[in-house]
Amino acid sequence: MKFIDIVKTAIANSFRSKLRTGLTVIAIFIGAFTLTITSGIGTGVTNYIDTQVTAIGAADVLTISKAADSTSSTTDGPAAYDPSKATTVSLGNGSRPGSTIQALTAKDITRIGKTPGILNIDPSVRVTPDYIEYDGTGKFEIIVNATATLTTADLAAGAQLDNASTTDEILLPTTYLKNLGFANAKAAIGQAVAIGITDYAGAQQEVRATVVGVQNETILGVGAGLNQTLTDTLHAIEVTGAPAGASDSYATATAHFDAESTPAEITAIKDDLATQGYASQTVADTIGSFQTVINVIIGVLNAFAVIALIAAGFGIINTLLMSVQERTREIGLMKAMGMNGGRVYTLFSTEAVFIGFLGSALGALAAVGVGSLVSNILADGVFSALPGLQVVQFAPTSIAIIIGVVMLIAFLAGTLPARAAARQNPIDALRYE
Amino acid sequence: MSVPVLSAQNIGKSYGSGTNRFNALKGVSLEIRAGESVAIVGKSGSGKSTLMHLLALLDDPDTGTLLVEGTDARTLKGTEVNRLRNQDFGFVFQQFFLTANATVLDNVVLPLKIAGVPPRERKARGMAALEQLELADKAKNKAITLSGGQKQRAVIARALVNNPKVIFADEPTGNLDTATGAVVEDILFALNKDKGITLIIVTHDIELAARCDRQIFIRDGREDTTESGAPRKRHAGAHAGAHA
Ligand SMILES: Nc1ncnc2c1ncn2[C@@H]1O[C@H](COP(=O)(O)OP(=O)(O)OP(=O)(O)O)[C@@H](O)[C@H]1O
Ligand SMILES: [Mg+2]
Repeated sequence: MKFIDIVKTAIANSFRSKLRTGLTVIAIFIGAFTLTITSGIGTGVTNYIDTQVTAIGAADVLTISKAADSTSSTTDGPAAYDPSKATTVSLGNGSRPGSTIQALTAKDITRIGKTPGILNIDPSVRVTPDYIEYDGTGKFEIIVNATATLTTADLAAGAQLDNASTTDEILLPTTYLKNLGFANAKAAIGQAVAIGITDYAGAQQEVRATVVGVQNETILGVGAGLNQTLTDTLHAIEVTGAPAGASDSYATATAHFDAESTPAEITAIKDDLATQGYASQTVADTIGSFQTVINVIIGVLNAFAVIALIAAGFGIINTLLMSVQERTREIGLMKAMGMNGGRVYTLFSTEAVFIGFLGSALGALAAVGVGSLVSNILADGVFSALPGLQVVQFAPTSIAIIIGVVMLIAFLAGTLPARAAARQNPIDALRYE
Repeated sequence: MSVPVLSAQNIGKSYGSGTNRFNALKGVSLEIRAGESVAIVGKSGSGKSTLMHLLALLDDPDTGTLLVEGTDARTLKGTEVNRLRNQDFGFVFQQFFLTANATVLDNVVLPLKIAGVPPRERKARGMAALEQLELADKAKNKAITLSGGQKQRAVIARALVNNPKVIFADEPTGNLDTATGAVVEDILFALNKDKGITLIIVTHDIELAARCDRQIFIRDGREDTTESGAPRKRHAGAHAGAHA
């Protein structure tokens, strides 16, 4: 029997008992549907994170802080006070309000700068302006995106921030446009906005900045981005009137290393910094921990889908055993007419694979339809604040893999009945009543 | 004299095991030559079908030897046995064994499909076989819609579609009325005469058996030589006559 005839016969046979085949197909459908949806969510979320990571575009940046004091472990209680060491950071230098952390001093900055592999280091400065206003149409609160200088923004209009520029540049999120009085993203480009900020003495001052770009909002920091020049200008105002020494300590610093560094070299730099008493993290480290959590959740969902598919596999075994039973005489006849056992085996496992294909293809198709629909609804609704997030996305390869895996499971499920069929003695089969 | 197509030497077959063991065939020897028509006759349960299945290589004898064109069947490889069953043998079983929901044509071309014959040729040969049995107009019908006589003819069409050397027919007229039975008999003997196909017919119908060149009587799993002997002698004369 030619293979093409075996396939045709197997397909025809699977449609002979439509109800039974249909029920088995439904079982597989459910498993494949779930698996496709979960993998779609995996792809969607991972893609989103990936674009966010590329948006950060700073694979050569380390965020460095002083390592938590090793002597103040949980078992030993707090370490004895050492007046020469402890410097808590004041607000305006990058610390979280109310938190006490070891600060980086100017001395630390120089030391880190000398670490082999570190190209340059900038202490992180965080400014907290009071308001933003355009064209005198009303003052609005402004949140500064601290990572803006490190990231490549996902632009809706305009250009990226230029840290080398001497003009004060600002990058607005799309959500700010309406309140500030811009008709659309394009209209904002090149306009001057006023930023209000209070100095150390309590007096409010205003700085003018040019809007260079409008950015789609991201999960990695909401708010307006300021270029280095504008940050420096604002910081200068914030520390105006401060006593000497109050401003030369920082919570964190950002250091650049060679962008070509291998992971091993990056680890070496981090280890080197660790021995000197500094904690350092690349952007990938930060994102990585986030991604791990998502991967675990998706893994659990996938496990459930696979369990559903294994259950469906038993459905296939049952269906095929019944059809082997039903077709005992037919098998006997075919064997009596010279069909060899191998072909009989192929005939039944092809039927199993076909049932698997039918269920998984339909399941995947339905999942793509439903997933895309739900994803679009969510993107316009719940996730409208996160432009670019399509929660469910389908990669053709992963759909092909799912269908392939289901067909494999079906094939394995089919081996038992197919073997039973292949081993039948033609005469016993023909005498079977 | 040429080598016989089939030669059985004291073949036996038993079913079951232990106290349930039943010797269905207790040592039968026979020879079948190319172009002969042979009837295997006996009462119900005497072991006729069992003998036919052994001769057709559908089952293995427990004792004795079976030679196929001089070769011991036990030494034949699986593929060779399948080739024999597929190309050299045609079967008409006691029951029809038609696939109910497939078309008559599909049922008839099954041996060709197994042989790997391409669809176009399959159809042509299937239709030719059906025409021979005056069933061409029913080719597209489902097998289940045929009458008993039509089914029997469809089964014969299936048996001869491969141009076999030997047709094994187990009670080919058992399910039919005398008139239709006679038609089926005529078809079989015409095939024997015109194409030289060897016929091995299992029957309990003495008249059908008498139309064959030779009769082998089976009783309780043994050849009944008291009856088998006489026709064999007659056969020798008939054979000589045929060649004259
Ligand atoms: N698979 C089997 N298991 C046990 N006994 C069997 C089996 N097949 C056949 N027999 C027995 O072997 C004996 C011969 O059976 P067989 O089918 O050859 O008879 P038969 O001569 O063809 O009869 P009939 O004319 O009724 O078709 C019977 O007694 C039957 O019960
Ligand atoms: Mg019988």
